[in-house]
Amino acid sequence: MSLIELANPSRFLAVSGRALPWLSAATVLAFAVGIFQIYFAPDDYQQGATVKIMFIHVPAAWLGIFGWLLMSAAALGTLVWRHPLADVAGKAAAPIGSAFTLMCLVTGSLWGRPMWGTYWVWDARLTSVLVLFLMYLGVIALWRTIEDPTQAARAAAILTLVGAINIPIIKFSVDWWNTLHQPTSVLRLGGSTIHPAILVPLIVMAIAFTLLFLTLNLAAMRNEIMRRRVRSMMMLQAASPAGS
Amino acid sequence: MMHLGPHAAFIVTAYAAAIAIVAGLVAWIVLDQRHLARMLEEFEARGISRRSGRADGEKG
Repeated sequence: MSLIELANPSRFLAVSGRALPWLSAATVLAFAVGIFQIYFAPDDYQQGATVKIMFIHVPAAWLGIFGWLLMSAAALGTLVWRHPLADVAGKAAAPIGSAFTLMCLVTGSLWGRPMWGTYWVWDARLTSVLVLFLMYLGVIALWRTIEDPTQAARAAAILTLVGAINIPIIKFSVDWWNTLHQPTSVLRLGGSTIHPAILVPLIVMAIAFTLLFLTLNLAAMRNEIMRRRVRSMMMLQAASPAGS
Repeated sequence: MMHLGPHAAFIVTAYAAAIAIVAGLVAWIVLDQRHLARMLEEFEARGISRRSGRADGEKG
């Protein structure tokens, strides 16, 4: 099936309706495997059991960034190709991405207190992730401020693409500046510096989080299509002579 | 029983926060879906359908 065929909202609803139960089941399965592995993962020789926070903190950070990349791709779809589902995908991803970014910030703070002695420090990595969270809130606010979905989609798409500048800043902040946050240890040239006993559960949890994001995004996209149908019906009702 | 060491409270709170955030997201999406489905049903019960829906019906 091509992307053009999926561009039809009714077709998308039918296909996504069939895919959602499978995606949900795969998500639950991946989390079950991940949690099982976390239970038996060894403590870190320096950080002790607090390393277990990494299994949720790092995937949440990746998904916070992934959400914005997804929104950026959707923004291009809106502005360049005017794909009818692009702005639906972008709008649906914003609250989900913001939730994962919030999860990253909260779990990072809770990991930082015992390891660094503080919940928060204004270093480049933490600050750039906080900026990402605030940008998510900005996009959500923009969607809610502009009533017409087409106009809102364009404004949100422009804001999203401008905000994409922050993504490489987040990624390379630990290399460009001296930060309290540790440097990249998983996705780096020369391979990961993490022992496989901890790396494997981390990757499984990252897969589980990604499946969860995709499942929620698909469900939220379906909701957004329904919301637009409700809106068009309300407009039809208002335009009808009897007003009923 | 898993031993979480001297910082168990931070670990448990982090996992609890993550579960709460995911549960909130899931609840929001499910409740939103139910609310929208109910609204669509109400409109259809009142005989209001979208133009594309009417066009589909006319073709059929």
